Amino acid sequence: MAYKTIIEDNIDVLVVGGGLGGTGAAFEARYWGQNKKIVIAEKANIDRSGAVAQGLYAINCYMGTRWGENNPEDHVRYARIDLMGMVREDLLFDMARHVDSTVHQFEEWGLPLMRNPKTGQYQREGRWQIMIHGESYKPIVAEAAKKSADKIFNRICVTHLLVDDAKANRIAGAVGFNVRTGDYHVFKSKTVICAAGGASNIFKPRSVGEGAGRVWYAPWSSGSAYGLLIEAGAKMTQMENRIVLARFKDGYGPVGAYFLHLKTYTQNGFGEEYESKWFPELQKLVGKEYLDPEVSHRTHRPIPTCLRNHAMINEVMAGRGPIHMVTMQAFQDPHLEEVGWENFLGMTIGQAVLWAATDVDPKNENPELTTSEPYVMGSHATGAGGWASGPEDVSPPEYFWGYNRMMTVEGLFGAGDAVGGTPHAFSSGSFTEGRLAAKAACKYIDDGKAHGIRVSDEQIERRRKEIYKPLEHYKVYRNEVVAGDVNPNYITPRQGLSRLQKLMDEYCGGVTVGYMTNEKLLNICLKKLKVMEEDLEKVAAKDLHELLRAWELKHRHRTSECVTHHTLFRKETRWPGYYYRGDYMKLDDENWHVLTVSRRDPNTGEYTMEKAPCYHLVGDLEDKALAELKEREKAGVAADH
Amino acid sequence: MPTFVYMTRCDGCGHCVDICPSDIMHIDTTYRRAYNIEPDMCWECYSCVKACPQFAIDVRGYADFAPLGHSVRVRREEEKGTIAWRIKFRDGTEKNFLSPITTKPWGRDIPKLAEVPGPNRELRDSELLYSEPKFIRFDDGGLHTLEKAGLAFKAGVYY
Repeated sequence: MAYKTIIEDNIDVLVVGGGLGGTGAAFEARYWGQNKKIVIAEKANIDRSGAVAQGLYAINCYMGTRWGENNPEDHVRYARIDLMGMVREDLLFDMARHVDSTVHQFEEWGLPLMRNPKTGQYQREGRWQIMIHGESYKPIVAEAAKKSADKIFNRICVTHLLVDDAKANRIAGAVGFNVRTGDYHVFKSKTVICAAGGASNIFKPRSVGEGAGRVWYAPWSSGSAYGLLIEAGAKMTQMENRIVLARFKDGYGPVGAYFLHLKTYTQNGFGEEYESKWFPELQKLVGKEYLDPEVSHRTHRPIPTCLRNHAMINEVMAGRGPIHMVTMQAFQDPHLEEVGWENFLGMTIGQAVLWAATDVDPKNENPELTTSEPYVMGSHATGAGGWASGPEDVSPPEYFWGYNRMMTVEGLFGAGDAVGGTPHAFSSGSFTEGRLAAKAACKYIDDGKAHGIRVSDEQIERRRKEIYKPLEHYKVYRNEVVAGDVNPNYITPRQGLSRLQKLMDEYCGGVTVGYMTNEKLLNICLKKLKVMEEDLEKVAAKDLHELLRAWELKHRHRTSECVTHHTLFRKETRWPGYYYRGDYMKLDDENWHVLTVSRRDPNTGEYTMEKAPCYHLVGDLEDKALAELKEREKAGVAADH
Repeated sequence: MPTFVYMTRCDGCGHCVDICPSDIMHIDTTYRRAYNIEPDMCWECYSCVKACPQFAIDVRGYADFAPLGHSVRVRREEEKGTIAWRIKFRDGTEKNFLSPITTKPWGRDIPKLAEVPGPNRELRDSELLYSEPKFIRFDDGGLHTLEKAGLAFKAGVYY
């Protein structure tokens, strides 16, 4: 094939994926490595790539430490309870203690953060959320990355990471192809910061026609963060922890500002409050430690997102749907109405399009809500991702191996969706994680850890052949049939995606089975994924665009396989409302108050699963207040309201 | 189609091809104009709509659930620092919105970190990031640590 091989050599910090994590990494790397060579490889255009491409109307992770609003440990406690205890509190604490400096920089750069006219502080939407006019959030952070990076390669689909041929388990760069020219790109680098995205579209979406594009997480989030890490032999954590979102029906417009700022609320099809009546039964499954509506009323402790999903799912199954968001009161206030609409225009325009098309004006009627298909990512109310080291001054020994945010492969760092156990990072936290990873990567190089890296021609040639195989395959077999996409020798990337979505949906707890799975189903799932892997060797691409889709599919497939292994391993239902293990419907703290960690052997494809201890921060004030409250309850004293 | 391109307005400049995060805006080889090659991978993110100098790109809501007869149009003006929206409902109702997109001249206040004074040894060995400890504290103290907050780690179920 006539595609050129373009080698970019002597890179110090290679950032894979230029979303919020990647732009943060590239920006910060320049400070700690003023003479270092910093390069970004991005499969789209960093001006509008990643999950924030269309903008955001809120920054969901801001402590307000400067104004005495919250401390880092408050956020850790919040994320912990929301994720039913299963988080990496060292990484969360570290992200939370730095995130404010990121947000204040955004304001200095020109991102319009709304101010509360009374206090002069940032306009709060909720305890952690601040409101912004963020249409240009992504172009602004891209500008920062451009000022720092030596080179930005747009339209490069990174397919694999390169490993060192001189020393086992050390990173050496990455390879991919240019989606426009088709050229083969080799990036030889001392360190790699994997800031690629989580996964939409691995479970069958509710809308399967044109509307399949209106997934909650961007359709271009192809699980490459996980595909790349797993293939490189990095350990993964909490991959079973997929997320289901309660959102406005069909458009998946965000509900955060509606609940928190507009003070709208939900009710069933009969206009009744329904959530609380599901809680007593649910409490028997998860325990009072995780669901205590009384305590949640009296303290800052939220009802975990998954448990609220559970109530919605069950209310609909009981025949009392649809669930409505009660907007009619709030929207009578013109200011709140404006906020409601701009919220969509700023981050989910498709929801505004849908309401315009269906004549839904929330001032005159209460719009419908639904629960989405599952997604696998690591920066919203879910924490899938790579098993990364924490910072030296915070992490317990099991969580620390030399460099902050470094994976179990030396020189390979992560940020955003790539880092596991760090939910609720959102945009600002992901950018902050990129900054942390960049500083650590520079230190790793300065400490002399990247000496003597060797990448063999054999490795480069092997990857090259692999990358272009779908194009070759198409050329060889397309003329065997008259026309069309039905061919006994290959499948198209779209056909493969439909197969993946169907099997993940039906066997791994998707929406059509009410998010239910069990050991038998998961074992079938693994078997089918294995067969699918064989067929993926025969995926055919008729052009470079399809080659991009073929590699996205391969990353989604690898992600799915890892998700299934993790789901099989955790023998409990830790997050009812995200998924259910029908054979273990109860939360089981005795055996499963642990983080799940996997590793796929790159040579054999075999997975090894292990349990890692789950550490919690103890000893802070609110912690003590809560303990006191419980003590009083035990003593039979009526708690004051 | 989610996005679609009006034949008479598009001049084939390729701005949309350049910006689309999903790689689905391509130039048709016969007409030399852009079109959406894969509507079911379109997020309706409007990146191409905003980038089109001819206002040739529009969105028709997803056929799965959006009836015809609506429009959401946008005009983003980087120099003015604003974005204007016009929503037209199927029943003819109209709503207009105007928001800022930046508060500063484009890129002016983003530092070039290659040119700022570099970090010293002490800073490198600390846990601080660029520009910190600015904005991360309420008081004069440095970075938050477990020690200062009186916190400790404990493995397993503590509650």
